[in-house]
Amino acid sequence: MTTQVVDAAAPGPGARGRRPRARGGTRHWYAWAMCAPVVIVTLVLVGYPLARGVYLSLTDATEANMGRTIGMNTIPSTYEFVGLSNYAGIVTSAEFLTRLGWTVTWTVVCVALHYGLGLGLAMLLNRPLRLRSLYRVLLVLPWAVPAFVSAFVWRYLLNGEFGVVNAMLRAAGLGGVDWLDDPLWAKVSVIAVNVWLGVPFMMLALLGGLQAIPRELYEAAEVDGATPWRRFRHITLPGLRPVAGTVVLLGTIWTFNQFPVIYLVTRGGPGGSSEILVTYAYRQAFEGIRNYSGSAAWGVLILALLVVMAVVYRRALRTRGEAW
Amino acid sequence: MTAGRGGSRGAGASLALHATLVVASLVAVFPVAWLVLTSIKPRDAWQSSRVEMFHDPTLANYAQVLGDTAFPRWLVNSLFVAALTTVLGVLLAATTGYAVSRFRFPGFRSIMWMLLVTQMFPVATLIVPIYNLLAALGLVNQFPGLVIAYLTTTVPFCAWMMKGYFDTVPVEIDEAGRVDGLTPFGTFWRLILPLSRPGLAVAAFYSFITAWAEVAYATAFMTGDDKYTLAVGLGQFVGQHKAEWGLLTASSVLIAVPAAVVFLLVQRHLVTGLTAGATKA
Repeated sequence: MTTQVVDAAAPGPGARGRRPRARGGTRHWYAWAMCAPVVIVTLVLVGYPLARGVYLSLTDATEANMGRTIGMNTIPSTYEFVGLSNYAGIVTSAEFLTRLGWTVTWTVVCVALHYGLGLGLAMLLNRPLRLRSLYRVLLVLPWAVPAFVSAFVWRYLLNGEFGVVNAMLRAAGLGGVDWLDDPLWAKVSVIAVNVWLGVPFMMLALLGGLQAIPRELYEAAEVDGATPWRRFRHITLPGLRPVAGTVVLLGTIWTFNQFPVIYLVTRGGPGGSSEILVTYAYRQAFEGIRNYSGSAAWGVLILALLVVMAVVYRRALRTRGEAW
Repeated sequence: MTAGRGGSRGAGASLALHATLVVASLVAVFPVAWLVLTSIKPRDAWQSSRVEMFHDPTLANYAQVLGDTAFPRWLVNSLFVAALTTVLGVLLAATTGYAVSRFRFPGFRSIMWMLLVTQMFPVATLIVPIYNLLAALGLVNQFPGLVIAYLTTTVPFCAWMMKGYFDTVPVEIDEAGRVDGLTPFGTFWRLILPLSRPGLAVAAFYSFITAWAEVAYATAFMTGDDKYTLAVGLGQFVGQHKAEWGLLTASSVLIAVPAAVVFLLVQRHLVTGLTAGATKA
């Protein structure tokens, strides 16, 4: 059963509507009225900033030439329109390709691990099992802690000198690792932290999906002598697809834009090696001489990448008949 | 798979199953447990990497956070901002979610896309223009400004979630309402909303937690330390002298525990709400 829709042309049987009303138009009027506040708020607070961001990205605005008011004095803006040169500069820079490569790696690895581990745990929890609710609550805990607190805890756990992770490694006779100060380990660390943060959501969502798959399908397959692997391949995975479609899309967007983990755990370091596109763009705007135009151009590029991805993804879902 | 013959699982398989889950639970819980343990150690104990459970447990860190810092002030600020975000966000999200759940109208598809695309906006792109916008309206360092900024994050997601929830409420109820002469809005307000309390609770919770834990907007927009929220205030403990890990851990616990408790109570509905539409399809 797909979403049932109130058909504008289907009055209830024997409707004794006090005020007979025009059908389609009125219904639309209500729908629009109910959406209006959100549309207006979004247009003002997202649409306007976006338009302004796009405009800024076509100028050379920085903190130095941006108009501002200091006390009584108003200093006018002196930045100029420079066309696409910000974009040209970014796209041809080595920085862009490096950041993009790492951002894509980061997103793919994180989402794959979220999904894989989440599905594995969901399948374990979907069995009849003693202490199941307890396990579920414990496993969900990382999601319950505000992200900035988690990031801070992990910074402490991974501290090279006082961190408990290294303490345990040393106790086991292995050397400590410079988790946050070595370019490669810093990347491993942020991925580990983000996986820790993101698995609970996937696990719960997929558990919900698993429970919605009719049990009879499994019973019938078992009677037909299907192996566990075949049941997984031909019942579980297709049955999960509607849920998986939504959560993988959301998970990809969230991971691609995952700001707090990287900003708070490694601060993009060491030497910018763990910086993804979003944190890099933020740094452009808020550190050193604030480069508003450069940051805006990075932001527009990030958004464009995501929109393209979402369009492709939605289209792929729609060809299988699973999208609105 | 659903292993219909519960109990017939071999002892070995059972052991492996529980062992996996125990290890996973430990990984999930350990960082949080370590935070709590550190917070009840004496001031300088964090500098020891020795793994020890209890060593002179003390509440000194908590006493200092609550007594000698602006923490209580930030707590009140956070509560106010989060409560306002919640009330406004849920109202806006519910009406929109209902409209996209029940009506197919010109613009429906655009609104669905808008709700999705809004979630893609990198904070970094929006933060400068929103700052300028709020400055022009005189809302910088004002709670309403911060609340408005949060609504841009929470409303699209909650509307998306509420749509999923409303999709599970039988359309016959709407029809019955209209037979009784209610307007579409009346149907929504008098019949559907009361039936949707679990969905509303989840949206409310999500809005609250988002506002409670947000850092970037709050850091950029709240300039006076009497207006800081908890997330921003916490940053004050880093760097002022040197990182005050004792204070940091104690305040982290104070921030995280209430959030976590409520969260664990509603988490199940959170996912149902998000995926209800999808699983029913």
